[in-house]
Amino acid sequence: MKSLILRVATRYLAALLLIFSLYLLLRGHNEPGGGFIGGLVGATAFVLHAIACGTAEARAALRVQPQTIAVTGLAVALVAGLVPAFSGDAFLTGEWLFLFAEDGGKGIPLSTPLMFDTGVYLVVLGAILTLVLAMEEEI
Amino acid sequence: METLLSLTIGLLIAAAVYLMLARNVLRFLFGMLLLSNAVNLLIFTAGRLTFGVPSFVPEGAKLPPEDAANALPQALVLTAIVIGFGLFAFALVLVFRAYTSLGTLESAKMRVAEPEEEKA
Amino acid sequence: MRAPRPAAPLTPAVRSGPAPTATPTQRAEETAIATDPKSDRRNGIAGWAPVLLSATLFAWFCTFLPAVAEGEVLLWQLDWVPSLSVSLSFLVDGLSLTFLLLISGIGTLVMLYSDSYLRGDPQYARFALYLTSFMLSMLGLVAADNLIALFVFWELTTITSYLLIGFHNDEADSRRSALQALLVTGTGALAMMAGMILMGVAAGTFEISEIVAQGDVLREHPWYLAIMILILAGAFTKSAQVPFHFWLPNAMAAPTPVSAFLHSATMVKGGVYLLARLHPALSGTEVWLWTLTIAGAATAVFASLQAMRQTDMKQVLAYTTLMALGTLTLFLASGSAYAITAFVVFLVTHSFYKASLFLMAGCVDHGTGTRDLRVLGGLARAMPLTALAAAIAALSMAGLPPFIGFIAKELGYGGSIEAASSPLLVTGAALIANALMFTVAAVVALNPFWRRGGETPSKPHEADWQMLAGPLILAALGLAAGIFPHVLEHYAAAPIAQSLLGDAEKAKELHLWAGVNTPFLLSLATFALGLVLYFARGALRRALESTVGRLPDLDARWDDVIDGLKGFAAWQTRLLQTGKLRRYLVVIFATYAGVMAVTLAMKAAVVVELDFSDLILKQWMVVGLIVTGAAIVTVTRSRLAAIAALGTVGIGVALTFIVYSAPDVAITQLLIETLNVVLVSVALLRMPLLDPAGTHDHRPKDAVLALAVGGVVATLLLCVLAVPMDMRLTQFFEEASYPDAHGRNIVNVILVDFRAIDTFGEITVVVIAALSAYALLRTTGRRDRA
Repeated sequence: MKSLILRVATRYLAALLLIFSLYLLLRGHNEPGGGFIGGLVGATAFVLHAIACGTAEARAALRVQPQTIAVTGLAVALVAGLVPAFSGDAFLTGEWLFLFAEDGGKGIPLSTPLMFDTGVYLVVLGAILTLVLAMEEEI
Repeated sequence: METLLSLTIGLLIAAAVYLMLARNVLRFLFGMLLLSNAVNLLIFTAGRLTFGVPSFVPEGAKLPPEDAANALPQALVLTAIVIGFGLFAFALVLVFRAYTSLGTLESAKMRVAEPEEEKA
Repeated sequence: MRAPRPAAPLTPAVRSGPAPTATPTQRAEETAIATDPKSDRRNGIAGWAPVLLSATLFAWFCTFLPAVAEGEVLLWQLDWVPSLSVSLSFLVDGLSLTFLLLISGIGTLVMLYSDSYLRGDPQYARFALYLTSFMLSMLGLVAADNLIALFVFWELTTITSYLLIGFHNDEADSRRSALQALLVTGTGALAMMAGMILMGVAAGTFEISEIVAQGDVLREHPWYLAIMILILAGAFTKSAQVPFHFWLPNAMAAPTPVSAFLHSATMVKGGVYLLARLHPALSGTEVWLWTLTIAGAATAVFASLQAMRQTDMKQVLAYTTLMALGTLTLFLASGSAYAITAFVVFLVTHSFYKASLFLMAGCVDHGTGTRDLRVLGGLARAMPLTALAAAIAALSMAGLPPFIGFIAKELGYGGSIEAASSPLLVTGAALIANALMFTVAAVVALNPFWRRGGETPSKPHEADWQMLAGPLILAALGLAAGIFPHVLEHYAAAPIAQSLLGDAEKAKELHLWAGVNTPFLLSLATFALGLVLYFARGALRRALESTVGRLPDLDARWDDVIDGLKGFAAWQTRLLQTGKLRRYLVVIFATYAGVMAVTLAMKAAVVVELDFSDLILKQWMVVGLIVTGAAIVTVTRSRLAAIAALGTVGIGVALTFIVYSAPDVAITQLLIETLNVVLVSVALLRMPLLDPAGTHDHRPKDAVLALAVGGVVATLLLCVLAVPMDMRLTQFFEEASYPDAHGRNIVNVILVDFRAIDTFGEITVVVIAALSAYALLRTTGRRDRA
């Protein structure tokens, strides 16, 4: 597809989608969203890019091999599961750290479930891009 | 609505089974897609349907509303959808590769590992 | 390298002929090595390290001797699987220590011997590894104090034995023999494991030392008979009692040091060891007494008659080993002090002389290139030291004074004349077996060296010191033990009596000369009969040929059994694995529909009401979308229509999720649906949606099956909906979601916190699916383009 308008528009749209996917990931614990959905939206951004500008450009925009992203995600999720071991808890127990929390509020919550969800995000993003990009190229 | 959905799921499954029994593996793939949709709906419906009250804890409360939807089947279905996609994509690639190297989409003719004449 | 496809997989590669007289292993498998030009290449570390290891172990075990002789029991324990009460506990008492010393001691000599015997074999490191592993397993077996641990070591010896018998794995005979030994002893071991589990449950513990303390409980237990039969199945197969004996002569396909070590001195005694170890727990009943008596006597007599028929040195020795195993079983039938003492002494005696004779056979084979007794003769001049070892060992085997064999025989007779079962039968069996041993000893160990003549394939030459050390030392030990019997009594007989009978004092004293009594007279009778048989051996052999030779040949039946098994496997594979996708699916779906329909019919207590009154238009539309899409995809011949219809179904499902309060699921479904369309469009448009003529949309049988499955599922769902929902789990998640897990989106909290381990499994699957598809695309893609 060589439409100039599509290509230019897609660039902005993809960037927006990517930011939106991160937003979905971060708010997922309290509102609709989360790693699965965020990852899917993020993947859609790159798929759109690939359709409009070609897979080579999409890969370049991604910088990293999608397989690497997927496997990294798995590792992140695994590490999130192992962190509780330091406080003697079982595998995948949620550990929370509330930064700047004032009385009653929860401040900025950092947690292993969030880390785990980030892993899920990366896995979904990476896995789907692995599939789609390879299929676009090879078939 | 549960009754109607149950019957719909039954129909979806029947269509899926019919397609999976076809000799062309592409139809088998279509059947697989329908089947995974049907099963997702089945799990979802079996967990009871709730109209308009998602399973969220409102701001300032500690519990979700009394009549909130059942969250458990939703979590199951959510992952099942993603896995179903992975399975489908893999199957699709497999079928495509089989087609390019064997030149056929008929499952009965894909006999590289177990050629017909070895059956005796 | 890929194994070639067998042309006719159901016919065995090689069938050995009529086994007892045939010579499957008679051909000297080692001659190839003896003439190998590289044969002076040293084995290096693989040669000496095992010797060092076993010698060290032997020395270590020797340090236990004083304490154990005092009646002490040494115990180590290490929890292994505590939840299944499996522990690595080791116990060293008189019985264990005797075995430990025999295994490590003979092990040292055998390792030393092997280094020279297989010098230059490029596979020697493998051999040494197997042999060492076997030795360690065997040591574990006799020291284990936990039934499960014992079983594990037991199976380890089975596996190492398999590897060692099949060491020459380029020979069909070796492979067949190895597999046979593995299957026979492995099957027995499985039965034994069942028996052990029953025993552990009945006794309430898996620790052997605790089990043997409650023999009365076990003997009274309703499971006693089952336990005994199952455990005997393991012991009898391992120790090759009739009718499970046939694997042992075939196991002679192994290199000679292996035969000496595993299939004579140690492993085959594992079964006998188990009988002795569990003797306090299981013995003392009529059924134990008679089972062991009959099996032992039958094995001893049958084997000694068979030994007379053989012409291959190793085969003769294999059958005499069988005879010894039968005798040992016979001794364990009763619990009399005589029998137990005889058991100990004969056990040690046999290990000495039989290992020595096997190693001697290896020297002869090595030095002359043959083991055929019809050919061998006059070797004493060329191989004086081998001849010496053979002579001493043979005299012990024949039971002549002042060798330990004599004492063992006297004790045996002492036990048999007061046997609880039937003194006449037991004594008769013992007399026949011992007389034949006398004859066989002369035939196998004296004739080759001292009779005149003999043409051997290669010029006889003496073995080197490494190979002579074993036979000489072991033979000498037989003589020394005969002259100083009280050493054996103090360090082995008394402690074992302590283990088995609970009283060291019960061990009979060992004397070379116990006066003129019934055992002595029986000994004299044995010698007389043995001499007569020796001179009449030609006639005897012919007589045996027409009697024993006509007995059903279990070894040949073995091939039939294996063929039958393979045939059955092939038949059921052909039946079940047709390789036709459609047939598999039909079977799966039909089974599912049938089983579910029957279950539903039997439990159809719920009345399903079909109620459509509460529906609004929006809902009808959603369902309409789904049904229409499904219908189109089922009948269409157009790919584009199919893609569009599939998308419609997906959107319909997503709408259902939105309507019924599942926003997260709905978003996921929509996104996946989008990606699906992308993928399918890419791939599908390059493949034709063609069907074989007349197979599309006219498949009434398939339609019936499809509707049946759909109907069953719909009914099932309606039944589920008709009963109240158990919301406990959901309730827990709802209550804990915000206070404990700090999340308001309960679905997300379930995914990343409550059930995170499930999610972890799921994302792993996603990664694997993606990587597999990627690999499939990339690797085959390149090849296709190239």
